[in-house]
Amino acid sequence: MNAATTAAPHLCFHCNEPLAGSKFVAQIGDRSESVCCIGCKTVAEMIAATGLADYYARRTTPSPRPPDATSKEAWQAYVDPVVAADFVRKGPNSDSVDLLIENLRCSACAWLIERTLSAIPNVADVQVNAALGRAHVEWTAGTARFEAIMNAIAQLGYDPHPVTNETTSRVYCRERRSMLKRFIVATFGMMQVMMFAVAGYSAELNAERIDATLEHYFRLVSLIVTVPVLFYAGKPFLLNAWNNLRTRTVGMDLSVSTALLLAFLASTWNTFAQRGDVYFDSITMFVFFLTLTRFVELSVRHRTNSVADALAQHLPATAQRVAGDKIEMVASHQLRVGDEVIVPSGSVVPADGTIIHGTTTLNESLLSGESLPVTRRTGDDVASGSINTGAPIRVCVTAIGKNTSLSNIVAMLRRAQAHKPLAIQAADRAAAIFLRVVLIASFGVCAAWLFIDPARAFAAKLAVLVVACPCAFSIATPAALAASTAQLAREGVLVTRPDALETLARVDHVIFDKTGTLTRGDIQLDDYTALGSRSDDECLAIAAALEQSSAHPIAAAFKHVPTNGFVAADVVTVPGFGVEGTIAGTRYRIGIPAFVATLRGDSGGTSLERSDRTIVLGNEQELLASFILSDVLRDDSSEAAPQLRSIGIDAELLSGDGLAAVATVARRCDIRTFSARRSPAQKLARVHELQSAGKTVAMVGDGINDAPVLGAANVSMAMGRGAALAIAAADLIFVAERPSAVAGVIRTARRTVRLAGQNLVWSATYNFCALPLAALGFISPWVAAIGMSASSLFVLMNSLRLLPHKEPARSTRASHPFTDGALKALA
Amino acid sequence: MDILFVLIPLSLVLVAGGCWAFFWAVDSGQFDDLDSPGWDAIEASEAATAVNLSGSSSGPTV
Repeated sequence: MNAATTAAPHLCFHCNEPLAGSKFVAQIGDRSESVCCIGCKTVAEMIAATGLADYYARRTTPSPRPPDATSKEAWQAYVDPVVAADFVRKGPNSDSVDLLIENLRCSACAWLIERTLSAIPNVADVQVNAALGRAHVEWTAGTARFEAIMNAIAQLGYDPHPVTNETTSRVYCRERRSMLKRFIVATFGMMQVMMFAVAGYSAELNAERIDATLEHYFRLVSLIVTVPVLFYAGKPFLLNAWNNLRTRTVGMDLSVSTALLLAFLASTWNTFAQRGDVYFDSITMFVFFLTLTRFVELSVRHRTNSVADALAQHLPATAQRVAGDKIEMVASHQLRVGDEVIVPSGSVVPADGTIIHGTTTLNESLLSGESLPVTRRTGDDVASGSINTGAPIRVCVTAIGKNTSLSNIVAMLRRAQAHKPLAIQAADRAAAIFLRVVLIASFGVCAAWLFIDPARAFAAKLAVLVVACPCAFSIATPAALAASTAQLAREGVLVTRPDALETLARVDHVIFDKTGTLTRGDIQLDDYTALGSRSDDECLAIAAALEQSSAHPIAAAFKHVPTNGFVAADVVTVPGFGVEGTIAGTRYRIGIPAFVATLRGDSGGTSLERSDRTIVLGNEQELLASFILSDVLRDDSSEAAPQLRSIGIDAELLSGDGLAAVATVARRCDIRTFSARRSPAQKLARVHELQSAGKTVAMVGDGINDAPVLGAANVSMAMGRGAALAIAAADLIFVAERPSAVAGVIRTARRTVRLAGQNLVWSATYNFCALPLAALGFISPWVAAIGMSASSLFVLMNSLRLLPHKEPARSTRASHPFTDGALKALA
Repeated sequence: MDILFVLIPLSLVLVAGGCWAFFWAVDSGQFDDLDSPGWDAIEASEAATAVNLSGSSSGPTV
């Protein structure tokens, strides 16, 4: 209630900046105070709510204005459902959002954010991944928590960004630039300080003593150089440690910063007192290695993210919409279901749709990993993100925005990457406990040395603090998993549950489904028999003529059959039954037997057994022919089983189909164990039988029909793309639809587990060996700094081995400034 | 060794200058993408050839 410290009416209550017409009001106890922005309002109210409102009465200077006040105002905009709809993904029971979090540095940060967000009412699930700098937040549907989540993250000192295409790249760029600058300062500073330190060390080695004036001079210069290294290059660590203190949590940076600040204060004191040791060399070297590690970590994080971002950034910003008889350019997000768009040759399909005019080839490599263009005709579906490599097509939009296959793939990839496997959660908990032990131990060590040899107490304490930082331990598993998830995504395999990789590495029995898995689900004509007065060839030609104009999948089976001059007129397609048409004055029907029989007045009593795989041809007088259809085997199905056998895994075929069909497929795929006519319940029983025999079973299906069996298997894999992705209940999804990839995925999983194991063993060994050595005074602080950083670098580099050696250099850059400029100059 | 009292501050000035030059390079985006600029030369000449070819069929290029 002190008039002097309460802000003047035109100034913000919290930061004393001009209000500039702000309408924000903070409730401090029973008073209302004008504040300049939502940030100040939140901070002020938070301080008041924790019973610290006295602070405002006692403070002598205004509080710092919270950073990024403008973006806090922007978050207010996320309350608006129209704006939020761009970022929020609606589910049946819950809404979710993906966030990019700047300044997210370690798993302790991730843990802090998780804990804070979970405390917000209605927030159902929070997954924060420090390795990827991303968060996935879910909340009960209909409760608009979006802006509250953003605020909560910002209050902790992090900058949240909802994931959209351009923010990702801008944030990456800013993070990278600021990290590089810090790294440069640390490098130059470290070199300078080491130069002066080496002079002292070499004198000591020769049992000489450096001139006292010169030594004092060197120390002063080292101090001057260390200041920017510690407080500029090391600022992220110090800030993180401060945030940890404020929220009473223990993070990696707390022990690091304690060591740095203690060493700096002691060295500064000794410099001016002109006695004792200085540790400027250790400080600068430690900051140098820490910045180096963080820079590598940042690069790995950006690199693994680039796969998802390459997908997300791929949609064109504008589309050509057909409006009446003219074409207008509209923003892609303004497209609505039912719109007609023109996709010119060489451009990207802006939304999912069906071709209503034109035949072209599309490059779908982004979605499926398939590098060859595929042919798409009128009536075919096209997926957003495909590149039209052929003729212009006219497309009717069937799905937009979040519902497109591209969005589904990206969302699934992100969710998988943000999902934290149990192994990592356990490692995080272990690291947090270990850190507490280290902090306490460092003081114990210091106390013990004070009795033994007070001169060495401080150095030993510093070494313990530095050497024991379990950074490497807590990034061991996430680094390996992030790298392999990215690598698999590049091969057209999406990992929806990273835990699955661990199980997958132990798989010794793979069960394949037939239809849609080993076979393509496309229909092909296997056999035909003439039953009436016409010859085989004549019947086939008539059938081909009738099916010519039909878009039904069955018609595709007759696509390459010559019509021998027969032309069908008045063709009518009866969905679910067949096709009727007139050829040379005679009416014909082709389709299911009952449909064909009614044409000749027969109510359906035919000698043929009705089957999905048999269709018949008939006219008004008689039944002419029957056609047996079958699925087409996928191109690489035959490689799957032999490859699996070569790595010691049994393959088995379980199908609901008839024995003959299953046996053929099994023979052609070289699968030795197969069973036909299995109901889902029988398939389930088979999985349980294998499991009780001690097998770890992986099931490969199409993800929709065999969902319960997939759920029962230890690991489930599904072929699928497009809309099917959203409902597919599988741990891994083969977007490229290549059964032969199964063996490769298992190999990658085994490698991932092996690498994660190596990482864990290495980092744990390092921490447990180094700690006692440091406590006993064998490790000087600068050696500790090298050791700690080297172990983190080792873990990161080891994980990087999972990534391919070369980036697809061009994939993320749509246009090329230099080339574009050159073209303009030459044209 | 009195010369050190001049040379060391001089070296610090040089280091500061080096840092400034690096900061300037980073801020002007020279370190943003270290992979793809290597490809620029190749693609630019290919594009130039393509334009020249199309240009020679339709008329003289500028």
